[in-house]
Amino acid sequence: MIVSIASGKGGTGKTMVAVSFALSLIGVVPKEIQLLDCDVEEPNARLFIQSLDAQKKTVTVPVPVIDASLCNLCGRCAEVCVYNAIAVTQKKALVFPELCKSCGACSYLCPQKAITEKEKKVGSVEEAKGSGIALVSGKLEIGEIDAVSVIKAVKKRVDPQKINVIDSPPGTSCPVLETLQESDFCILVTEPTPFGLNDLKLAVETLRKLQIPFGVIINRCDLGSDCVEAYCEQESISVLLKIPFKREIANAYSRGIPFVEVAPEYRKRFQTVFQNIVKELP
Amino acid sequence: MKKIVVISGKGGTGKTMVTGALSDLMGKKVIVDCDVDAANLHLLLKPRLKERYAFVGGKKASIDKSLCTQCGLCHSLCRFDAVKLDGNAFSIDSLNCEGCGLCFHACPLHAITMKDHVDGEWFISETVYGSFVHAKLGIGEGNSGKLVSLIRQKAEEIAVQEKADWLLIDGSPGIGCPVIAATVNTDLAIVVTEPTLSGIHDFQRVFKLLEQLKISVKVIINKYDLNTENAQKIEKFCSSKQLGRVLKLPYAKEVPLAIMHGIPITQYASDSPVVRALHNFVVNEI
Amino acid sequence: MKIAIAAQGDHLDAEVDSHFGRCAFFIIYDTETKAFKAIKNPNVTAQSGAGINSVTLIEREGVKKILAGNFGPKAERTLSSSDIEIVRDVAGTVKDAIQLVTK
Repeated sequence: MIVSIASGKGGTGKTMVAVSFALSLIGVVPKEIQLLDCDVEEPNARLFIQSLDAQKKTVTVPVPVIDASLCNLCGRCAEVCVYNAIAVTQKKALVFPELCKSCGACSYLCPQKAITEKEKKVGSVEEAKGSGIALVSGKLEIGEIDAVSVIKAVKKRVDPQKINVIDSPPGTSCPVLETLQESDFCILVTEPTPFGLNDLKLAVETLRKLQIPFGVIINRCDLGSDCVEAYCEQESISVLLKIPFKREIANAYSRGIPFVEVAPEYRKRFQTVFQNIVKELP
Repeated sequence: MKKIVVISGKGGTGKTMVTGALSDLMGKKVIVDCDVDAANLHLLLKPRLKERYAFVGGKKASIDKSLCTQCGLCHSLCRFDAVKLDGNAFSIDSLNCEGCGLCFHACPLHAITMKDHVDGEWFISETVYGSFVHAKLGIGEGNSGKLVSLIRQKAEEIAVQEKADWLLIDGSPGIGCPVIAATVNTDLAIVVTEPTLSGIHDFQRVFKLLEQLKISVKVIINKYDLNTENAQKIEKFCSSKQLGRVLKLPYAKEVPLAIMHGIPITQYASDSPVVRALHNFVVNEI
Repeated sequence: MKIAIAAQGDHLDAEVDSHFGRCAFFIIYDTETKAFKAIKNPNVTAQSGAGINSVTLIEREGVKKILAGNFGPKAERTLSSSDIEIVRDVAGTVKDAIQLVTK
């Protein structure tokens, strides 16, 4: 089973919910719990989980290498590369691996067969064991753009025998889609402000497009208006949980302490959320 | 004209609040919201729409079934799992298609064409704070970096025409392609962070990116009093990198209230400490 | 000799662009005939690799020198693999820039 935690807007408490939700299920459901951090541009889940031995694996993608002794500077590779990752001047063919999306067009289409591929590091995946929970986090190398490849590498660790809780990146663009595909359910975390509502609507559109069932958790539900609740009612979206603002929660978060540890009553509430999700699934 | 970008690494640190305030506090400027994935700045600036355009970000492959002989070459070459086999007919899953064109070039029967793909919309608007360029990326579309480059370019053109002194750019969270597109070739990046472990972690990552791009940095710690110990850590980091004075903004009730009212904090509570601090920041640091 | 100037407009009184890869126009100027033409830069809205393509574009024009305020790292790498000489930190109008090279 895969439950992903997403939000249109950043900073609504997505990671906090993902970590607390996963921790609340330990020992309560007869399955192992696994938390997968797909927010690979800014992976934060591991800041909240005390983990033992971590294993790190490199994520690589193939990028072209041009053999100058075979290249006749015909320029075909630069012409077919829609990402502008190859330049052919009158003297030399140059590769810019940082722009390459590893489509393989240049090596396949080179008339001289002068292009081969080598692996380039774009990020890493770390697997760690905490108490009762496994954590898989992906991390994009700084300056790299291929978040999707790192997300794919994290998602390879999804284990159908376990409860997989996925922390998604914010927004609605390609990395988010890559993360959310195949989810059985998605929890959207939002806040009751005009920003939160605006971005929630975008996230709802995304999930409807992907045909993934979803519900909403309203964080800092007392700092704003009823705009989000009114919207959810109008759209028949279930509000799974409301979390009021508490300075202790904000402070614990700032120190990397999962909030179910300072507000243990939320364990039960997250368990109820989980049961309600299971009920909604076919 | 000087180009200033506001980014944060982590989402929800108050980046758009700061950009909203700067929109009001700075001189003659053009404003551009490069957070095209989850644009919010328009909620504060109340733009009057003047022009609207479709954004064609790239192309997607399309298979002409009448020409296809199901040889399967495209299917075996595509690295994005975008060629699907339904029964015995191949088709393109446009969500997965990256538009690389390998299948188009490789198809022995020329059964594949590359078609323009509308990825979103972008707008030129007027606000009381200056001209405003913004956009909406289509749901689940890629190419956000390209849309960012496009609207930034348009905003720069408008700024040149209007002889503006500033181009003010609201960036997006993260460190990926839309952030890089919003940030390259700017004169100053203002990083808005918060005193949380996540905030610090993300700030350091985005700072490394800015170092790689060789862009000067000013730092704002928003809600610094939520955890003064962490705020000190950020300040220490900044002084070790010689980033000059760090602006610390206290947690203030007026900030969420201004957002609820949909106006910049400068309009909502013009004499609040947050606004005064931002005003001094503009005068002294920018 | 043909030179190219990264410019904000399509005429000799236009300002030199501070950034090579994404400048609005390239002014191609022939120092012998004193004739010039402006090429609209198609790479301004490229998501990436604007500088790279701008180099190959001016190279096809037979340019031997390129003048701009500054050059991105990828443009620089591409230029260093061509026979085009880089003149950086150029400001003012295109006319000023031409004088800089021809005086």
